[in-house]
Amino acid sequence: MRRTGENENMRDIYLDNSATTQPLPEVREVMREILDEEYGNPSSMHSKGIEAEQRMRRAREQVAATLKAEAREIVFTSGGTESNNLALIGAATANHRAGKHLITTPIEHPSISRTMDYLESQGYEVTRLHVDRTGRISLEELETAIRPDTTLVSVMMVNNEIGTIEPIGEIGALIKKKNPQTLFHVDAVQAYGKLPIRPRRSGIDLLSASGHKIHGPKGCGFLYVRDTVKIHPIVFGGGQERGLRSGTENMPGIVGLGTAAELACRKMEEKTEHMYVCREQLVEGLQALPEVQVNGPEGRAAAPQVVSASFAGIRSEVLLHALEAEGIYVSAGSACASNGPRHASETLTAIHLDKKLLDSTIRFSLSTFTTPEEIEETLTVLGGLLPQLRRFTRR
Amino acid sequence: MRFQSFLIKYAEIGVKGKNRYLFEDKLVAQIARTLREVDGTFEVWKTTGRIYVDAKTDYDFEEVIDALQHVFGIAGICPLLQIEDNGFEDLCRQTVAFLDERYPDKHLTFKVVARRPRKSYPIHSEEINARLGEAILTAFPEMRVNVHHPDFFVNVEVREKINIYTEAIPGPGGMPLGTNGRAMLLLSGGIDSPVAGYMVAKRGVELDAVYFHAPPYTSERAKQKVVDLARIVSRYAGPIRLHVVNFTDIQMYIYEKCPHDELTIIMRRYMMRIAERLAQENHCLALVTGESIGQVASQTIQSLAVTNEVCSLPVIRPVIAFDKQEIVDVSERIGTYETSIQPYEDCCTIFVAKHPVTKPLLKVIVRSEQKLAEEIDAKVEEALTAAETIEIE
Repeated sequence: MRRTGENENMRDIYLDNSATTQPLPEVREVMREILDEEYGNPSSMHSKGIEAEQRMRRAREQVAATLKAEAREIVFTSGGTESNNLALIGAATANHRAGKHLITTPIEHPSISRTMDYLESQGYEVTRLHVDRTGRISLEELETAIRPDTTLVSVMMVNNEIGTIEPIGEIGALIKKKNPQTLFHVDAVQAYGKLPIRPRRSGIDLLSASGHKIHGPKGCGFLYVRDTVKIHPIVFGGGQERGLRSGTENMPGIVGLGTAAELACRKMEEKTEHMYVCREQLVEGLQALPEVQVNGPEGRAAAPQVVSASFAGIRSEVLLHALEAEGIYVSAGSACASNGPRHASETLTAIHLDKKLLDSTIRFSLSTFTTPEEIEETLTVLGGLLPQLRRFTRR
Repeated sequence: MRFQSFLIKYAEIGVKGKNRYLFEDKLVAQIARTLREVDGTFEVWKTTGRIYVDAKTDYDFEEVIDALQHVFGIAGICPLLQIEDNGFEDLCRQTVAFLDERYPDKHLTFKVVARRPRKSYPIHSEEINARLGEAILTAFPEMRVNVHHPDFFVNVEVREKINIYTEAIPGPGGMPLGTNGRAMLLLSGGIDSPVAGYMVAKRGVELDAVYFHAPPYTSERAKQKVVDLARIVSRYAGPIRLHVVNFTDIQMYIYEKCPHDELTIIMRRYMMRIAERLAQENHCLALVTGESIGQVASQTIQSLAVTNEVCSLPVIRPVIAFDKQEIVDVSERIGTYETSIQPYEDCCTIFVAKHPVTKPLLKVIVRSEQKLAEEIDAKVEEALTAAETIEIE
């Protein structure tokens, strides 16, 4: 087996873009400007502070424009996890007099599901909807679940493990019809920059996104908070970000995020189409391999960048390392879950994936920079590896 | 209260004969080496039957004690009150002040034990015992003398200066590192082998270690975990040279050629052979494993006998008769447990049969191994040549 670094001509094929992406040169450039020259604190009264404030205002406008939202509706945070925590805890505590009932799905990212667990321990009631085999929730079930005391519904837009796209527009309309007081939060970390999002049109009150999933920096993200919506902060201090997120602003991150957001949403349709073409090529190629099953929804019902596949008889960790030795980087299930102690993925369990395949599932995640040649190469390598790895399994 | 000095007590070295100075010098060197990592400046010196650590600057008490508790050979650490000889009155006054601060609750029994290596001191040991005891009783009427089972001893040593101490903080025991040669530890990512390494090092043995890596079946993180474990053990055992052997090809070859239920036992035999070769190349005089009777199929007495058969060096198995919980207790105490339980597979578990042999017969295993004759020697040589060495400081 070829080992990483042995072949100098070998180029890495990075298919783990749902874990993180490579920052764009433009992003690195503006961040360097902030670190090198414009190191002011936007709260300072002198010209260095004003200069920083201008850069921050510009970044806020860049982000707002991608959502057709107002700049004041964007709250910068440290990333997707903080945005999700702020949305859930902030909305639940601000509205606890109206009710303590929350609704979510069983396939959310841990920054939603663990926060929901926490709120449950604090006396809130949480309803977890069911999903079908492709990961989609049922609108009928949601409709019956919404009650007069339901203050928040949180549904992810794109699932990070299998790429399911939830019908966000219909969910938003349904919520507002059933209970206009119920807030709607969308975890759009995997959707933002890949699919068009219009919070106002879709009835979204709160929406989370992260910089490093869109070729921006790690450590920076945002929460869209519709301007009529009241939530409580979870971080207290100097009152930055309209009091919702105190702490001196992460200027390099914010400016990098602004640039990355603008670039991600420029010619988005074209780039998404390109990813779909690569995705279809990968899915077809995988289905042609023996004993490989592609999970999640088919065709355009799935997000353009995520492909989940199960390889019967091969442990995902082994396949991952074997691909790595060929310079191909993928993830086993979802990267966030595979760091800690091994336990079955909640998403894969929720879609009733065959138990034997839970530990044999790989996620490929593409970017706009993925090429058909890379997909071709990946499929060729897999074609060679699978029989070799299946020869050596537990018998 | 800041102690200016520590008296280091050692256990078994005391019974050594003419070699005793060798052991003492090693211990002094180990203490000095360990204290170099600690904030502050210290002087370590020995005099007849005693090792002292003198603090030359300010230091953190907890940090020094923790560092000294990692030095094998130390049986006890006594924080000393060291005073100038300004007459016996002053000695009594200072001792009383010291006890007042050290023991806020005075309902205790004590016994004074004085020694007088400086024979020019005008008062005899017995007299010091009596008169100092009296001074303490006068100062603290609640205290009582108990010469058989006192709550604490008031030790007084009259040397150039006068040392007073009442407690001995336990050290790790054992023998100073480097006094008992070198051995090769078979280190996996599990709970047992780091404990085995620790226990052998405690007897003064320096360590090399070998880890069998099986990419892509075991991950880089599994290897990092072993490096982390070696680093924790090296806090006690001194620098460890870790040899990482790529075992994938050998394992695959055995898997293809031999009966599956014998895979683990044959693998273990090749690990021992490779470890022995590495041991010989690195001046190690024994192998050390974390095996414990009956823990898994490859550790029944029958399996151990079959595994052992390939080695001519002694194989030391310090935890052989320990229960799992007893091993866990040690690993928690020495700080390897948390790292050991990280869930990465090691190469012993990846292809393990559902029902591996538990009572292997040597001649059957040897016959199975003959099926490997064609390529195995070349594969072993290749693994040895390609072994990576990581120096763990």
